[in-house]
Amino acid sequence: MLSRTADNLFWLSRYVERAESLARILETTQRLASLPAAYGGLTNEWESALATAGASETFFAKHDEATQDTVVAHIAFDRDNPSSILNCVETARHNARSVRTALTIEMWEAINGAWLELRRMADRKLEGEELTRFLGWVKEIGLRFDGSAHRTMLRNDIYDFSRVGMLLERADNTARILDVKYHLLLPEQGEVGGGLDYYQWSAILRAVSAVTSYHWVYRQSLKPWLVADLLILNDQMPRSLAACYAELVRHLDHLARSYGRQGEAQRIARSGRVNLENGDIRSVFQSGLHEFITKFIGDNNRLGAAIHAQYLA
Amino acid sequence: MPRAFDEMTLADGSIRSAYAKLADWLSGAPADLLQYRVKEAELLFRRIGITFAVYGDQQAQERLIPFDIIPRIITAKEWSILTKGLEQRVSALNRYISDVYGKREILRAGVVPEDLVFQNEAFRPEMAGKTPPHDLWVHIAGIDIVRVDSETFYVLEDNARTPSGVSYMLENREVMIRLFPELFAKHRVAPVERYADELLATLRSLAPRTSSADPNVVLMTPGVYNSAYYEHSFLADKLGIELVEGRDLFVRDDVVYMRTTEGPQRVDVIYRRIDDEFIDPLVFRPDSALGVPGLMSAYHAGNVTLTNAVGTGVADDKAIYSYMPEIIKFYLGEEPILKNVPTYRCREPEALKYVLDHLDELVVKEVHGSGGYGMLVGPHASKEQIELFRAKLKASPAGFIAQPTLALSTCPTYVESGVSPRHVDLRPFVLTGSDGARIVPGGLTRVAMREGSLVVNSSQGGGTKDTWVLDE
Repeated sequence: MLSRTADNLFWLSRYVERAESLARILETTQRLASLPAAYGGLTNEWESALATAGASETFFAKHDEATQDTVVAHIAFDRDNPSSILNCVETARHNARSVRTALTIEMWEAINGAWLELRRMADRKLEGEELTRFLGWVKEIGLRFDGSAHRTMLRNDIYDFSRVGMLLERADNTARILDVKYHLLLPEQGEVGGGLDYYQWSAILRAVSAVTSYHWVYRQSLKPWLVADLLILNDQMPRSLAACYAELVRHLDHLARSYGRQGEAQRIARSGRVNLENGDIRSVFQSGLHEFITKFIGDNNRLGAAIHAQYLA
Repeated sequence: MPRAFDEMTLADGSIRSAYAKLADWLSGAPADLLQYRVKEAELLFRRIGITFAVYGDQQAQERLIPFDIIPRIITAKEWSILTKGLEQRVSALNRYISDVYGKREILRAGVVPEDLVFQNEAFRPEMAGKTPPHDLWVHIAGIDIVRVDSETFYVLEDNARTPSGVSYMLENREVMIRLFPELFAKHRVAPVERYADELLATLRSLAPRTSSADPNVVLMTPGVYNSAYYEHSFLADKLGIELVEGRDLFVRDDVVYMRTTEGPQRVDVIYRRIDDEFIDPLVFRPDSALGVPGLMSAYHAGNVTLTNAVGTGVADDKAIYSYMPEIIKFYLGEEPILKNVPTYRCREPEALKYVLDHLDELVVKEVHGSGGYGMLVGPHASKEQIELFRAKLKASPAGFIAQPTLALSTCPTYVESGVSPRHVDLRPFVLTGSDGARIVPGGLTRVAMREGSLVVNSSQGGGTKDTWVLDE
């Protein structure tokens, strides 16, 4: 396969995944922001949304204050924000068009349809119920695209590259959503494990659609370290870092087998998986959750660079 | 203007035998059935993809070309004459280009004036004295043909660079088979679906002699923003070959490679859908990012086949066109099977005088123009337009040719007011490999959707039809 084709497939899936993740971040923030002050309102949720979405810089270049309206507009539709939902879907669609024949009709229709619809909506001001509906719709883009890929693609290198892109992005996003805790500084007199904390952790679970899963797995009330355990180390949870890396290793190994050679990408992914498999949530918290996540995001980027050098350039 | 020859209904109202079953079916079909099928056709085009590069896409500046659901029918006998004529013509084109870049016998014999070759913008001095693999130049030709009566076909134009439109021939047929199975059951229509296989066989036959037994063939596109990008990706898909852009290729030691996920892979044949000027910035336009530095050097070393060859444009402009009958006689010693439209070369003073005196009757075309731009259709033109062209002609007569206004044949076409005759032309595709010529029975029929219009180009509102060559 042409390196450019693989590169397009890889980024196509990454951007679709990113768009979905951005919608989840906005959803979480909207929920947190609606809490009464006693339960965690009055803090800087919208600023933390920007930090999680990696959009603080582009945002504050044109706005002074982070409010719901300005942040939603910036993350959803702003063309000056390279990672706005609109730009993600547009870039995904552009990539899809370049590799049209490597995609199945269903995948193409999922992404092209989303793009056409989104262009119609762009620049509309989203509030209240309309915002909720919009975010639900964006999440469905991911479901439709992913589902089409899963149900219609040949299991060859085309499939592997598109899954690898999706998984790498998903691991990055889960890590960032967890890191929200760091950006969302507790008020000074806030009580650790108190009401505010509880709702923030619960919002994080909701962001990754894992509230029910949490109760199935742990059968107890929300504990910060168990939420972190679920999202970092539990490989039954499809968005956990452990699950992403188990799958990444599987697809990279499949590529290595079909091409008959291994490289840096396989080594980095395997060592990442081993760390997560042997990890223990207590030590993660002891050495600092934020530090753990920062290191993970760095390693994840290194894996992306290795995949690029090995296959996509 | 007198009534044009209609391919279905003769002047006396009788139906030509090739169209008997179709006419019968049309007269029995309720109006809403046709309308319904038109809608279905549109849906199908969207589904199978011809619009994927098109609809909703403002960046590509492309739109869906109208498709007419009534097929155009050509008999087996007519087709066999066309086939012989096309093979003859393309064979002469190949000999001519080889000669122009080689011994130049035709110029020494004074058959074609030298300045038409050496001052031609499409002449590539880089190719002088060079021979491409197998000494073949035009591997894929699209020859535009018009019909004026039951006997006579004229060649309107030769396309020897990168003719497009073959995807419509293939897609139109797919859609028709789905929409009108009952009509196919009544006719024995020669299939066109082998085109992809024939093209691949042709391309493989052209591989340099140094390449492996299993040559690597690729299709090179300028990229997604090209207006024919859809066709490029369609063909690459049908042929099962890689669709590459310039940046996917590189040259090392005069060998061309493509960058793949498994490392560099040698490329033997490049079916390039990109003009000469853009293929290699080291030789042609240095500002072009579409090409591959060093490609011409690999080409001259004989390590890669470019198809069509570099420099074929020297054979397909409208001035050279007028010499085609002489060119065929010169190389093949045969009379042309397909006629040329009589052409006045305005570069010749007598012809110019005649043209200026008869502007209201003639069609005047720019020698280097294409796509139906820069053209005067005398009988349909206003006084101002005629005077504008008179001035242009006087300023640079060598830039123009003129032809009598042909009564292009018409075919029944579904338009808003019902079924009505519209003017058509035909572009069959001629493939030439080291193992001979291949022509798939069919082609692209273009139809001028506006009543009375003679301009079939899609850029001017033309549509397409499926072209049925009967097998008996």
